Amino acid sequence: MAAATVGDSFADRHIGPRRDEIDSMLDVLGVSSLDELVSKTVPPSILKPGGYEAAPMSEAQALARLRAMADRNVIAKSMIGMGYSGCHTPPVILRNVLENPGWYTAYTPYQAEISQGRMEALMNYQQTIIDLTGMELANSSLLDEGTAAAEAMTLMHRVGKAKGDSLFVDARCHPQTISVIETRAAPLGIPVVVGDPFTDLQSGLGETYYGIVLQYPATDGAIRDFRAVTEQAHEAGALVTVAADLLSLVLLTPPGEWGADIVVGSAQRFGVPMGYGGPHAAFMAAKDAFKRSLPGRLIGLSIDSRGKPAYRMALQTREQHIRREKATSNICTAQVLLANIAGMYAVYHGPDGLTRIAQQVQRLTAALAAGLKAAGVSLANDSFFDTLTAGLGDKAAADEVIARARAENINLRDFGDGRVGISLDETTDAADIAAVLSAFGAPGASVDMDAPGGIPADLARTSAFMEHPVFHSHRSETAMMRYLNKLEGKDLALNRAMIPLGSCTMKLNAAAEMIPITWPEFGQIHPFAPADQVQGYKEMIDDLERMLCEITGFDAVSLQPNAGSQGEYAGLLVIRAYHLARGDSERNICLIPSSAHGTNPASAVMAGMKVVVVACDDHGNVDVADLKAKAEANKDNLAALMVTYPSTHGVFEEAIEEICEIVHSNGGQVYMDGANLQAMVGLCRPGTFGPDVSHMNLHKTFCIPHGGGGPGVGPIGVKSHLAPYLPSNPVVASGGDETVGAVSAAPWGSASILPISWTYIAMMGGEGLIRATQMGILNANYIAKKLAGTYDCLYTGKHGFVAHECILDTRPLKDEYGITVDDIAKRLIDYGFHAPTMSWPVAGTLMVEPTESEPKEELDRFIEAMIAIAEEAKKVGAGDWPADDNPLVNAPHTVDVVTANEWAHAYSREQAAFPVPGLYQAKYWSPVGRVDNVYGDRHVVCTCPPLEAYQDAAE
Amino acid sequence: MTVKYTKDHEWIRLDGDVATVGITGYAQEQLGDVVFVEVPEAGSEFELGAEAAVVESVKAASEVYAPLTGEIVEGNQAIVDDPSLVNSDPEGEGWFFKMKLSDPSQLDDMLDDAAYRELLAELG
Repeated sequence: MAAATVGDSFADRHIGPRRDEIDSMLDVLGVSSLDELVSKTVPPSILKPGGYEAAPMSEAQALARLRAMADRNVIAKSMIGMGYSGCHTPPVILRNVLENPGWYTAYTPYQAEISQGRMEALMNYQQTIIDLTGMELANSSLLDEGTAAAEAMTLMHRVGKAKGDSLFVDARCHPQTISVIETRAAPLGIPVVVGDPFTDLQSGLGETYYGIVLQYPATDGAIRDFRAVTEQAHEAGALVTVAADLLSLVLLTPPGEWGADIVVGSAQRFGVPMGYGGPHAAFMAAKDAFKRSLPGRLIGLSIDSRGKPAYRMALQTREQHIRREKATSNICTAQVLLANIAGMYAVYHGPDGLTRIAQQVQRLTAALAAGLKAAGVSLANDSFFDTLTAGLGDKAAADEVIARARAENINLRDFGDGRVGISLDETTDAADIAAVLSAFGAPGASVDMDAPGGIPADLARTSAFMEHPVFHSHRSETAMMRYLNKLEGKDLALNRAMIPLGSCTMKLNAAAEMIPITWPEFGQIHPFAPADQVQGYKEMIDDLERMLCEITGFDAVSLQPNAGSQGEYAGLLVIRAYHLARGDSERNICLIPSSAHGTNPASAVMAGMKVVVVACDDHGNVDVADLKAKAEANKDNLAALMVTYPSTHGVFEEAIEEICEIVHSNGGQVYMDGANLQAMVGLCRPGTFGPDVSHMNLHKTFCIPHGGGGPGVGPIGVKSHLAPYLPSNPVVASGGDETVGAVSAAPWGSASILPISWTYIAMMGGEGLIRATQMGILNANYIAKKLAGTYDCLYTGKHGFVAHECILDTRPLKDEYGITVDDIAKRLIDYGFHAPTMSWPVAGTLMVEPTESEPKEELDRFIEAMIAIAEEAKKVGAGDWPADDNPLVNAPHTVDVVTANEWAHAYSREQAAFPVPGLYQAKYWSPVGRVDNVYGDRHVVCTCPPLEAYQDAAE
Repeated sequence: MTVKYTKDHEWIRLDGDVATVGITGYAQEQLGDVVFVEVPEAGSEFELGAEAAVVESVKAASEVYAPLTGEIVEGNQAIVDDPSLVNSDPEGEGWFFKMKLSDPSQLDDMLDDAAYRELLAELG
């Protein structure tokens, strides 16, 4: 296929600056070409362009190619269950959230003021989870049910007081949940015992077991009464985690009402397609007393500078970016977009709608149970919500039923031992029931929708839920559409302005890349669907793995990790397994430079390693002498080095090959944190200059949108000697021969968003990827150069250039005029921008990463704003404006403040709201004043505020 | 009454064989507004250098170490109820815990007022 003609290629659309603008930008930098810029940025010894050489496809070609793959997937009626259910995404939510860049291109709500819309949505999600589980507190999502259960295992360990150090897991948990727990427990040295909680816990509670994990309803469908078990556990000082099905809790007594300490599960069936395994939001709800030990993000209520209610992320000191190796978890990216879809599904249906859906599912299940019994089929469970397990006696009989169902385009669960599982959901109808009965040898059996039974009387829900007005106010499509639009309008996403967050790579998420993810052929596929139904997925996944290997120079890839942090954890597990396989059981030291992301030490601890910090020199580079000394001192137990490349300071360190060599010669493996892979794609390949394993953030470099704080995809690439240890899945054959086990629940993680990265790579082609990287470097250097003198760039490489991001030193404004980096960040909101990364990796500074996608006009607008802010700071310094009353310390300015009759400030209203003329063309108004973080953390509230809270504030 | 300091910015005030422990004015400034404090229960015993209490601001979390070996006599419930006391009166009402010392001679290794001021001067 010939390359698309110049000026008409996708790459030209993906890259912001026009070709005729590039020369003038290069002039600013004093270089003659992009190649010259790159040769002065990337160390020559590792600069080896190529690896992935394919010609680019046009948007139409790529979509046609992907369509052909999608058509090879077979959409069957999935009745497999196991934590993944068919569901209807309400079209109003599909179009206005999942397909809407205003929602999917936003970043994690670190800048609270410009994230009020999605934080209100996340509060709805938290409230839904709290109400349905009957717990006091819920976080704003985890990655999947399996990892949520594994997080509960460590949470119980942190807060529990029992003597025991073992975990007991209900054998009737979903198999992938048990696998993920076992994988997570091994390096931490937590013994895991899988058994029957009713017979195997006669002794050992408290003494042996510090905690237990139960499934409600069981993976085979049974609804068991855990009250006595829970009581015994508590008497012995042990804690109880319950993995629960969210929809079942509409009809069942919630675990919180019978004493559960923690409840986890998946919110997938609340409107999120199965997507061959993900992405979906998992939840974790807990007792309020555990809130400071909870993993993941938590949205809380605070007040703003006007004293009005405002949302923010609460209790961030629990998290890896502050606590590092002492964090409650390594999780950072969550599943915000999917949590918001689930929360909105609850808002749209309300408690009565959810009850109707749950009752319909339950009544159909009862009808099926009656039909099967009438046909002489023996059922393993006589209590049920949506799942039945039939005992066919032997495998041959089961195979026959499964085959007959398959012929009717229905997938049943094959237990592999003569049992067959049937799971219903909101998409199941009477015709499906008739087809299942027919597969079981009872064709034409009547379907009795009034068949009784299923839910034990003493486990029927009696408490009300979702009584907050939000679950009663948006029930017409018009109301819902406007509510979604109102929330979207409060937030600043990429569809409005550049989000120049360093280390986050907020590049274009092109429409053509996003279109395939809502195709039913990708969405409506169960992760454990039979192999012959997922040929299209297999082709796309194999192709994407090949592309990523060629781009990075690694030999094998695992797409299972659901986020960069999970990639780190998976990569370190692979290293651990490699050492163990060689008999090196003492290798447990992980060297981590002081400049590393907080996730690195948090992940190392999860992989059972001990962190030894390596110093950085004055230029922000790894102190090679210190590294050498520490590697040699630990040569008998050195497991790994975790190194970010280019460095977290945005510089290509010249010594990278020497650094890798030092680690290798002392018996360690090199883990490269791929957070900054963005700067290398097409120019150099980590697999060729030392690293043994690296994760790649597909949600940064390869265009998966950030979703307002997730989803993410963090695959790892490894050299061939590590390939045998790649992650696997207990249900679907996948991963290496000597696998570390499952790191997440689904075999290919968040499979349904992989087409985004595939499409991006295919449309860019080899040349386009190189140009994107070059342009990312050009854009960053252009900003650094234009702002030099106003804000100096803290670190550069040998020739004075940065990689794809630059750290702007804003500390002089504090020292000279008393203006903090916070003031600058909040003032940028008034100028219509999301602030760059604040105070990381250097306190008091801003790290800017424009990406290749930002047009020159937008870069210039940002530069103008930054310079104007510096001028404002000077006026404060000169005494024109008081230190405590100026546009900076009062930022952001809300419309009610600027338009109030009373204006008693030392500067004008125009200066407050329209400091540069361009703002008259398009003005973003912050929905709240500066959010009071201290108030929020001193008065932690993580539930939807009563409407009176707003009325009181208005009075 | 003698007041001594540690390099980790804790102060120790000895009254008989009971030492009152808190964090210094410099430490609370570095933390910013304190939002959460956890203090040890009376009766618990700590070795010198063990983590005895927790102090958190919005942006930082830090352990407070037992500066000496001994048994906790009292944790300061007032700062648990109102963490802002740690900011407003760090070396008075904002004390963390009182401990009965096992070995008062450990105090000899602590910084005195002059030495601590010197340390702060070095930190700029």
